[in-house]
Amino acid sequence: MDTISQSFALAVSMVAHLEPRLTQIVALSLAVSLSSTLCSALVGLPLGAAVAIARFPGRGPLIVALTAAMGLPPVVVGLVVYLLLSRAGPLGQFGLLFTPPAMVIAQTLLIVPIVAALTRQIVEDAWLEYREQLRSLDASWLQSTLTLLWDTRFSLLTVLLAAFGRAAAEVGAVIIVGGNIDGVTRVMTTAIALETSKGDLPLALALGVMLMSLVLAVNIGAHLTRQWARARFG
Amino acid sequence: MGFLALGLTLCIRAALAQQPFIVVASTTSTEQSGLFAHLLPTFEKETGINVRVVAVGTGQALDIGRRGDADVVFVHDKPAELKWLEEGSGVKRYPVMYNDFVLIGPDADPAHVKGGKDIAVAFKTIADVKAPFVSRADKSGTHSAELRLWKDAGVDIDKAKGPWYRETGQGMGPALNTAAALSAYILADRGTWLNFRNRADLGIVVEGDKRLFNQYGVMLVNPARHPQVKKELGQKFIDWLVSPHGQQVIASYRINGEQLFFPNAGTDS
Amino acid sequence: MADATIRQGAAAADVSIAVKADARIAREPAALPAAANADPAVIASGVDVVRGGTCVLGGVDVTIRAGSRTFILGANGAGKSTLLRVLHGIVDPTRGAVTWGQSSTRPRGHAMVFQRPVLLRRSAAGNIRHALALYGVRGRVADERIRDALTSVGLSDLAERPARVLSGGEQQRLALARAWALKPAVLFLDEPTASLDPPSTRAVEAIVENIHRIGTTIVMTTHQLAQAKRLATDVILLADGRVAEQTAAEMFFREPRSAYGRAFLEGERL
Repeated sequence: MDTISQSFALAVSMVAHLEPRLTQIVALSLAVSLSSTLCSALVGLPLGAAVAIARFPGRGPLIVALTAAMGLPPVVVGLVVYLLLSRAGPLGQFGLLFTPPAMVIAQTLLIVPIVAALTRQIVEDAWLEYREQLRSLDASWLQSTLTLLWDTRFSLLTVLLAAFGRAAAEVGAVIIVGGNIDGVTRVMTTAIALETSKGDLPLALALGVMLMSLVLAVNIGAHLTRQWARARFG
Repeated sequence: MGFLALGLTLCIRAALAQQPFIVVASTTSTEQSGLFAHLLPTFEKETGINVRVVAVGTGQALDIGRRGDADVVFVHDKPAELKWLEEGSGVKRYPVMYNDFVLIGPDADPAHVKGGKDIAVAFKTIADVKAPFVSRADKSGTHSAELRLWKDAGVDIDKAKGPWYRETGQGMGPALNTAAALSAYILADRGTWLNFRNRADLGIVVEGDKRLFNQYGVMLVNPARHPQVKKELGQKFIDWLVSPHGQQVIASYRINGEQLFFPNAGTDS
Repeated sequence: MADATIRQGAAAADVSIAVKADARIAREPAALPAAANADPAVIASGVDVVRGGTCVLGGVDVTIRAGSRTFILGANGAGKSTLLRVLHGIVDPTRGAVTWGQSSTRPRGHAMVFQRPVLLRRSAAGNIRHALALYGVRGRVADERIRDALTSVGLSDLAERPARVLSGGEQQRLALARAWALKPAVLFLDEPTASLDPPSTRAVEAIVENIHRIGTTIVMTTHQLAQAKRLATDVILLADGRVAEQTAAEMFFREPRSAYGRAFLEGERL
């Protein structure tokens, strides 16, 4: 209990003084997780919508695979990406290992299944509702997909916020591909891992409190968006 | 998605392209002792070269070098380093500094080894009594040293290990955390121990034995095998470390007034 | 709400209507001549629809007269909704064929209104704009059509309101406005007033009449006989997926030819 109250006080003081190393770590965390959320949206939203609408052999197993992939262990993703991006690996020539882009790639791979699987669920429900009307209006596949994606935009926003939360909170993938290099690839989660391993628990917990506040803020934002959207658009 | 990654790479590269940098694969004990935080800002100010340290266990650090993902390797396991050179992963080994290991134990001291000067005797006693002992078990320099000490003590650890011997597979810090929680003995490097905050009831029980000597070496990754290695910048770093000036900076690092690392470049260590 | 006098089979340009002040009708050239000897709007021949082993429609041959107000009647489960969808072209028959004019591909100029209005999370005007965009109508032309459509259903002051917060009756009128804006040659309606209260029902019926008046062929299903009596020019009676009768409405209601038709009108258990 003492450690916890100590940490809380430390966290507040760190934020109040805007310590440069702290702000650098938080800024990098946000940059990496926001980038990976954006990339996963570019891939996962169309993918989920396509699977929702199209009918093809193997669709059922694909949906099961996507849903299962939501639970991919971050360390496994990290290891695979590490092997791919290492100089000794197939994508070594880009020299991406131990840089923030590598972290973005790993996190994107981690959260794309979340975005795709949840988008599929949401768009499929909307598709059931709109299918006949869209067919009546002679909408093409592309037009239907775009209509559904836009119409479900608020639900999809909460999906993206959930994906962001998962990305921001994970440590296994980014620590392996990023190397937790001070000033370059150290983010909140890897900093917490480091401070814990140094036995500096109050500092680790203080960082943890900040991270949780961030994720909490994101979730509150999602909730309020849902509320507003429901009231405004029905 | 590859394009996006490339785009990001180029952006970041552009942003950091102002400053040349090298990647150094080193050990958790070196980083957690705080040495790099003391050393690198000086090096960077004097040469303009940014040093990016990936701190992992010795085994992984050598593997990173082997794959060509780092420019320089800075670890503390001479046999493993020599083997690494033999397989052609590196160019030349330069001894840089040494510190020592210390045997850490709980106040209760169930094996009654406190104050002893002979590490082999202490290890033998702990094994005989089956007092709780935490091992890093992660192919690190510290782990290799620990295994050598069991041998010196005449203990066949593979046969003798039991519930009393906890193999955690962790870095020095987490292993110390575990030892603190279990009130167990543990072999640690002095640097990490001095920097470690979560001591609980642990303290140094044996130190000073010559066999607790811990030598650090630095090596350039072989540019013949990995053409993208920054051999000039990497060599600059190595040269700086073994130069009288660099050695002086190393010696000046203290925790609570106590010197942590003892420079010994140029010796046959 | 518009209040209209109906004269069956009248040519579009000559009809006079009494309307309430706030609902004006855009006078447009007829989409199709309403004369009885024009090409049929839709023909279904030998249509079977089999779903999950059950025969929903069997051996259906129907002809929809251009310019008519054809009502499809029948008991629950008789196949009315399915037939409507086959005629519209959004359900493909298992056997048989449907032709529209000379063509066997569904023409773009047809629209459908469903029992429960399907509206997007946009404003009322936005929904109409979306449909027009699918037809390649944008910009000022679209703006004008949207204005006209909303006015003709009496929703012009709700143009910017989110469609899904409108009342049931307003939503159905919006669905009709959307169809109106597309200037369909044929308008299909699937029990459009089934979930509405009487005032909204009357409003919807008046709009349907107005759409018909400007030249659109109407094909509608209903389970309200009184509604069919009021509005139909032609009747198709379905029984268990088969056509029991297809005749002019006047004839059907006065003296049905089939025994089933007679029983149906008397409300006997079928």
